[in-house]
Amino acid sequence: MSQLLTLSGVETHIGRYHILHGVELAVSEGKTTMLLGRNGAGKTTTLRTIMGLWRASNGEIRFAGVRIDTLGTPDIARAGIGYVPETMAVFSDLTVKENLVLAAREGAMDQTRLDWVFGFFPPLKKFWLSRAGTLSGGQKQMLSFARAFIEERKLLLIDEPTKGLAPAIIGALIDCLKEVKRRGATILLVEQNFRVAQEIGDTVSVMDNGRVVHSGTMAELARDDALQHRLLGLSLDTHQ
Amino acid sequence: MSAQDIDAGAALPKTPRDYLPLLLPVALALAALPFIPSSSTWVTLTIAGLAMGMMIFVMASGLTLIFGLMDVLNFGHGAFIAIGAYMATLVLIPLAGWMQADSVWLNLAAIVPAALFAIVVTGALGLAFERIVIMPVYGQHLKQILITMGGMIVAEQILYAFFGPQQIPLPLPTSLRGSFQFGEAAVEKYRVVAVLVGLAVFLAMLLILNRTKIGLLIRAGVENTEMVEALGYRITRLFVGVFMAGSALAGLGGVMWGLYREQVNAAMGAELMVLVFIVVIIGGLGSVTGCFIGALLVALATNYAGFLMPKAALITDILLMVVILLWRPRGLYPVTSR
Repeated sequence: MSQLLTLSGVETHIGRYHILHGVELAVSEGKTTMLLGRNGAGKTTTLRTIMGLWRASNGEIRFAGVRIDTLGTPDIARAGIGYVPETMAVFSDLTVKENLVLAAREGAMDQTRLDWVFGFFPPLKKFWLSRAGTLSGGQKQMLSFARAFIEERKLLLIDEPTKGLAPAIIGALIDCLKEVKRRGATILLVEQNFRVAQEIGDTVSVMDNGRVVHSGTMAELARDDALQHRLLGLSLDTHQ
Repeated sequence: MSAQDIDAGAALPKTPRDYLPLLLPVALALAALPFIPSSSTWVTLTIAGLAMGMMIFVMASGLTLIFGLMDVLNFGHGAFIAIGAYMATLVLIPLAGWMQADSVWLNLAAIVPAALFAIVVTGALGLAFERIVIMPVYGQHLKQILITMGGMIVAEQILYAFFGPQQIPLPLPTSLRGSFQFGEAAVEKYRVVAVLVGLAVFLAMLLILNRTKIGLLIRAGVENTEMVEALGYRITRLFVGVFMAGSALAGLGGVMWGLYREQVNAAMGAELMVLVFIVVIIGGLGSVTGCFIGALLVALATNYAGFLMPKAALITDILLMVVILLWRPRGLYPVTSR
């Protein structure tokens, strides 16, 4: 399986803080790679650095063989990377429809794809003309997902999608991610919920203190309680 | 559980339409009515307030978008107001004969090119100002204040150097002189025109912001520039476009204000900036509708206070801002989280 995204020795400084200390990461095409780690390990910074929202001060990021760490965020997005931030970042003043119109960068929204999105997230159809700011947290997350899925992207970067959401909504998001995965999408997913990670992930990279300290298959990590405890500081039971 | 199940119990979120600020200018006008000796005076003051409000709105609307979208504190905005007015004089002085003619068409043939010239020049200067002065200080508020203030002082001195320190007359065209008579109330023709132009600018801005993709991008950018870029849009191009449009609107506002006062001077931009900033703050950063309501409130309050308590008129705007911010600390219609 070829590597769609590779990070080699990536370092990121935010102001005078040195956050990433030489991240080595590879995301295989067509696979879902989970990025795990304790709070403050550098997971969100890694995604933001890939998107160019924070500049890498050292190292190299390649996407589909092309170096992207020198590009601006819009060019990185146009290269085919979709981003669902931790904060959801829906445009509150815009309606659900307007949020998706903007996300459909290439022109009019494809009705088949829109129907597919509505199939997973019916509230978006129901509240089509409501301002996104009036949606609940779960509905905002659905909109944030829909924005990333409304057009075909080669790679999806998704940051803690289940954070603070009710179990029912998490279930819907997992169903959607599984379907996106079945369609062949490549996903790099930051997730704190180990159960979710276990359910969706093919491979896993664990970060600590701004470095990737473990890479392997998700199944391997899920089987090994001692490894989980060493890497994540908690056993699988406490994540459930 | 499917998303359908989640949706089943969900109540339709009501999109709250916040009409209260829209009623404020009406409430202010009605509140002033009992204190003004005659209804005809009240009508005259109200129309004068509306006209002044529309002119301030035209000047301030660009600034609120620049503030909201680009997070730029442009204290140099006033320079474009003055430059716009001066550019109009360059066209109108040679065409003085057409301005003084009794023909509406000849008057228009002078006024329209003058306004267009002012818009084009201030828009082009806006482009240069953004690229040369603003671009190096994005994200640095203190430097923005210093450098844009400096820019305004330099622009003012350049105007003095080219046009001299004296005030330049900018007389109204013949067809806009005089008043319409409504019963006992006299309403100056130019004020009616100013109201119509201001309304046209407001409606055009609403149309662009709500019905076009560029407008959607501006509204989204005001809220979260980072996410707009993450969707693949080059926000810097939008910044340049909005800055040019904002500067051009300031230029148009300058022409309108110059005609209203029938004179222009290099300091007029700096003098108006206090009012413009009050309007932008009252309206809520980044909100065109808020800016519109804020401009009307400031102008109406100034006019009523000027008539009832001339000495108090000096502090009316500040008082109004304090009251509004006590009620809504982020302005009438806040858009940005800044």
